[in-house]
Amino acid sequence: MCLAIPGKIGEILQKDGVRTGRVLFGGIVREACLDFVPEAKVGDYVMVHVGFAISAVDREEAERTYALLESMGVLSEELASGAEGTRSS
Amino acid sequence: MKQESPNAPVGFSCPLPLPAGRRVLLGHGSGGKLSAELLQEVFLPALGNPVLDRMEDQAVVSLNGMRLAMTTDSFVVKPVFFKGGDIGSLAVHGTINDLAMGAARPLWMSVAFILEEGLQLDVLRRVVASMQAAADKAGVQIVTGDTKVVEKGSADGLYINTTGIGLVREGISLSASQARPGDAIIVSGMVGDHGIAILAEREGLKFETDVRSDSAALHELVGTLLEATQQVRCLRDPTRGGLSSTLNEIAGSSRVGMELEETSIPVREEVRGACEMLGLDPLYVANEGKLVAIVAAEAAERALGALRSHELGRAAQIIGHVTEAHPRMVVMRTVFGTTRIVDMLAGDQLPRIC
Amino acid sequence: MKYMDEYRDAKIARGLAAEIRRRSTRPWVLMEICGGQTHTLVRYGIDELLGNSVELVHGPGCPVCVTPLEMIDRANALARRLEVTLVSYGDMLRVPGSETDLFHIKAEGGDVRIVYSPTDAVELARKEPERQVVFFAIGFETTAPAHAMAVLQAERLGLTNFSLLVSHVLVPPAIRMLLQSPRNRVQGFIAPGHVCTVVGVGEYEELAREFRVPIVVGGFEPVDLLEAIRLLVCQLEEGRAEVENSYARSVQYAGNRAAQAAVERVFEVADRKWRGVGEIGASGLRLKGHYAVFDAERVFGLSDVRAEEPSECISAEVLLGHKKPMDCGAFGTRCTPEKPLGAPMVSTEGACAAYYQYKRHLVTL
Repeated sequence: MCLAIPGKIGEILQKDGVRTGRVLFGGIVREACLDFVPEAKVGDYVMVHVGFAISAVDREEAERTYALLESMGVLSEELASGAEGTRSS
Repeated sequence: MKQESPNAPVGFSCPLPLPAGRRVLLGHGSGGKLSAELLQEVFLPALGNPVLDRMEDQAVVSLNGMRLAMTTDSFVVKPVFFKGGDIGSLAVHGTINDLAMGAARPLWMSVAFILEEGLQLDVLRRVVASMQAAADKAGVQIVTGDTKVVEKGSADGLYINTTGIGLVREGISLSASQARPGDAIIVSGMVGDHGIAILAEREGLKFETDVRSDSAALHELVGTLLEATQQVRCLRDPTRGGLSSTLNEIAGSSRVGMELEETSIPVREEVRGACEMLGLDPLYVANEGKLVAIVAAEAAERALGALRSHELGRAAQIIGHVTEAHPRMVVMRTVFGTTRIVDMLAGDQLPRIC
Repeated sequence: MKYMDEYRDAKIARGLAAEIRRRSTRPWVLMEICGGQTHTLVRYGIDELLGNSVELVHGPGCPVCVTPLEMIDRANALARRLEVTLVSYGDMLRVPGSETDLFHIKAEGGDVRIVYSPTDAVELARKEPERQVVFFAIGFETTAPAHAMAVLQAERLGLTNFSLLVSHVLVPPAIRMLLQSPRNRVQGFIAPGHVCTVVGVGEYEELAREFRVPIVVGGFEPVDLLEAIRLLVCQLEEGRAEVENSYARSVQYAGNRAAQAAVERVFEVADRKWRGVGEIGASGLRLKGHYAVFDAERVFGLSDVRAEEPSECISAEVLLGHKKPMDCGAFGTRCTPEKPLGAPMVSTEGACAAYYQYKRHLVTL
């Protein structure tokens, strides 16, 4: 129900009393309302849904989780390619 | 809701009978299933003949031992001026490309304008200048024309209709019905540029982008390709409906299947960004300066090299091959190695929020 | 694109899939709720990667699909009015009502326009004061804050020609209804990550506790969904029934307070009819009385309309996960995206449409 994609805030301005960001999505720029993410600043990533930022991406959390996922990817490949019984869970 | 005839055969190649009272929709012009429906239900039954029925992008007729290619096209793009072109240059390039896809050297064009009352003459001057520049660059002469004016509100500024005539290269015959299992599927460059360039300027969807329409005349690129190899089965330019519609058309005409590799389909980063934001798939977005070539397997590398040697084909890629499996269906191996269908859309692709 | 591309990594995806297959001792029945998640699962062939380790059933999380017939009919009626500019998200245009859809009405001369954001609709109303601009405001909890802001912005600008036709639905009541059904087969849920980004995780904890069912808040990229599935399988194998948040880069426990505040200011909970499912109590939103002047139903005095779905459509069964699209006798034959019989074939997010578009080569039609 919720196509929201991550974009990087390039610039913040006031537009008709609304805190607005110029957000970069892989090479295109579209304005998004930042009223729901008052703490977000230039350089931060936000999740944008229909022109509204609904969250600021938690960088540390993302890094932490991703590191775990990556190790899962590596581990499973080792398990798959190794002989049976090389490791237990 | 539409009614279905009880005797209508099932399956996705079945043309649905048009219920009485239905109207023309925007989707009928989108190059997908609805467009195909309109052809099958309205135009071909009334106008069909052996040449028309072949339904290539151009008609090849013989005269005194010469093969002439002829094509017609109409241009209704809005906005009239966009990054990378305008309706005028688009009209010239589009006409040339239809001829080039039949291995024809484009020679002459006619041009007919339908102008909306109130159109600024400056706009018209710019468009016409752009047409002449494009024609000059391609060595094509605009030899005849016509003008009509319609009442305010009827024509979105201006519409252009063209006819193009070219001379078919000797010894080669291209057709969408010639694809054979094993053939390579090559695309001449990155897909989706034109559609995104246009969309970026549409009211309600506007966004900033450097993406320019890829509108270009492809006859020289085709020439380069055909010099390198004559083992080309088919050439098509994936305009409205995108790469997917073109591939589905060829698969349907040739009654073959196709298998694509998702990782090899070239897409510009900005186009991808725009598609992600709007929930669109680049495979369905229009192109105006790209071609798809179906080439015998043994000639694939040579063909690729030839395309890449030309400035309009630098980003050419082999994106898949023709197969005898799942005839008339285009299937894609995803980045994960799983498979999914690349279907022909019914009408236009719509931005989604879901 | 950062925070997106890396969650489409094939190696990690295969690794997660292998881990899921390794841990799973039976085909657990899992449901993802959001249409966007369905789209990803089908488009990337996640079911292929997982084989028999889980059975994926798709939930009713497609606002386009579940918008009731009556609401489509109302939108159509408004679009037919000469003074009205009906503004909508793109995917609503092809949804058939009782007789027609917005695309056809546009063809007949109705002023129907597509926007990406409700802000564009407000802008339109500002630029064309002679038009009555009605915005077709559909969506789940994710989109409600944006719609609330549109109303507040219109109020701030003093617009008198702007209104919303509201058809908002809420996820938890639908899940509750599903779980209460004696025919429910779903053993674990992937909660919709962008809904939770707005509303937080609390409501799902209640559901997990009450029905003893594991729920993992999941994202929308294939790696996100595989990770959510992995966590669900672990819980099920271990006999746990908790709520876990695997989309913490976007979802905080309490959700987005500012967004919630905007919604609370402008909307209130109401009963809503879900297309293909029926009425679910307190499962939707409507504009508060204070904002009546922005409520298209009140501004235009739209009366109640009864509408019937074609009897062959089993969308209720599909939306609630009791049946799969391929189980339907009409799938791909009498019911296709061009001539849909019911809701899930209508939108590209609907389960039936997704299967039709990406997977029907696996089905003998």
